[in-house]
Amino acid sequence: MRDVAIIGYGQTKFGELWERSFRSLIVEAGVKAVESAGIDGKDIDEMYVGNMSAGLFVGQEHIASLIAEHAGLNPIPSTRVEAACASGSLALRQAVLNVASGASDVVLVGGVEKMTDVVDATSAISSASDQEWEALFGATFPSLYAMMAQRYMYEYGLTLEELSMWSVIMHENGSKNKYAQFPFKVTLEQVLNSSPVAEPLRLLHCSPVSDGAAALIVCEAEKAKEFVNEDDIIYIKASAQASDTIALHSRESITSLKAARVASEKAYKMANIEPKDVDVAEVHDCFAINGLILMEELGFCKKGEAGKAVYDGKIAIDYDGFPAINPSGGLKAAGHALGATGIRQVGEIYWQLKQDKEVKDRQVEIKNGYGITVNVGGTGGTVCVHILSNKK
Amino acid sequence: MVVRSWRHIKERYNLIGVICKNCGTVYFPPREICPKCRRKTKFEEIKLSGRGKVYTYSVVHVAPKDFEKQAPYVIAIIELEEGAKITGQIVDCKPEDVYIGMPVEAVFRRIKEDGDDGVITYGYKFRPIEN
Repeated sequence: MRDVAIIGYGQTKFGELWERSFRSLIVEAGVKAVESAGIDGKDIDEMYVGNMSAGLFVGQEHIASLIAEHAGLNPIPSTRVEAACASGSLALRQAVLNVASGASDVVLVGGVEKMTDVVDATSAISSASDQEWEALFGATFPSLYAMMAQRYMYEYGLTLEELSMWSVIMHENGSKNKYAQFPFKVTLEQVLNSSPVAEPLRLLHCSPVSDGAAALIVCEAEKAKEFVNEDDIIYIKASAQASDTIALHSRESITSLKAARVASEKAYKMANIEPKDVDVAEVHDCFAINGLILMEELGFCKKGEAGKAVYDGKIAIDYDGFPAINPSGGLKAAGHALGATGIRQVGEIYWQLKQDKEVKDRQVEIKNGYGITVNVGGTGGTVCVHILSNKK
Repeated sequence: MVVRSWRHIKERYNLIGVICKNCGTVYFPPREICPKCRRKTKFEEIKLSGRGKVYTYSVVHVAPKDFEKQAPYVIAIIELEEGAKITGQIVDCKPEDVYIGMPVEAVFRRIKEDGDDGVITYGYKFRPIEN
């Protein structure tokens, strides 16, 4: 297998982008990625795009063709990858495997979701859960995570204040991200007093409905030097994926995410590092409780202790001795354009590790040179982890 | 969507699950193979009691279109006596009275309507067992 690197990244703003269409979003992200890598369209051998549900959100399937055409990239192969909210990172994994195998040298991998063109987004989002045995009985997507939170509180004594502090820190970080959907701070009181969505979760524990797109340029590591300075090459040290039951009720435990644990253990092994080597992480906080659970599954703290670590501010950008978590603001503040999220997370780590000017206001101190992302589909039925490094 | 409802009448009306005779695990809803035994699966149908305890729950305030009229309502995962866990609403009590570990039993109820003239979906909900 060949070494694989990232040489470019671009994204749109995330948010309720009423004036923007599905196709304009992904083309903007793709063009920015190509420009940042200093490559030309003709250098691209193949493309993948992560998208959860253009069919339900904009009534459009066959988006691989649509995007290749509108990006001016015909006739290269174009493939759509779908795994609910983990679609983006799964698309990246396909690109990594493609380049590592030698099939392609340069691959464009994008993620996109246009969620605001549909009236009942709640129903569309619920298609990430088991439609026949969860959604049909009235389980909404937030309520599934709320049930995880309720059980977590019962088993580990997590308080609503500890959980809410997650959102406060995410908004603090998001306030420094011009692409974020919510680039402003919130107080603990505002989180606690926000309207209930699915108790115990309130509005400010939930990621928003977002439009947005993100794109990366993935390249064989040696060839990368033809396009960018060696200092600007960020290497993909691990790409790992795992599956679990689609329905929450079928799991032995709902206070952990087994697929996240399996995928991250595999990724650490591939990269030959340990959790303590991680400088910065982007984790999938579609709901605050998931941020806490993923901190534990990634090995940053023991089971049941994430709430306290968050409340003590250990995940903040300027805290010393703990990985900085979600400097972008996470899904909570940066926004969650489903299929784009997995790419956006990796893009943030790419910027952080190369200390790009895009993140100068929220730069994490890079000591060991490793960053990790974890992208979750549904309530954990699919999880994909990537480890990046500024060292080959 | 009529067929999609009709196909699951047995499970949704009568709580028919499956038990794997190879490993003893009870599954609801029924599935094609036992993930533990795979091709050694020996499934038999089993009628579940419908009795169990609340494993976790949430009070839903923001509901999808089909459930808007019911909000706020309680959605829960129930751990049945036979060991399988199942998602359903808890009714016939106030949301604030629900707690983890609460004994409940299944009742036959209307789940939702598919628009004004559409199919009415029936199935199980759960209510507290009187002490």
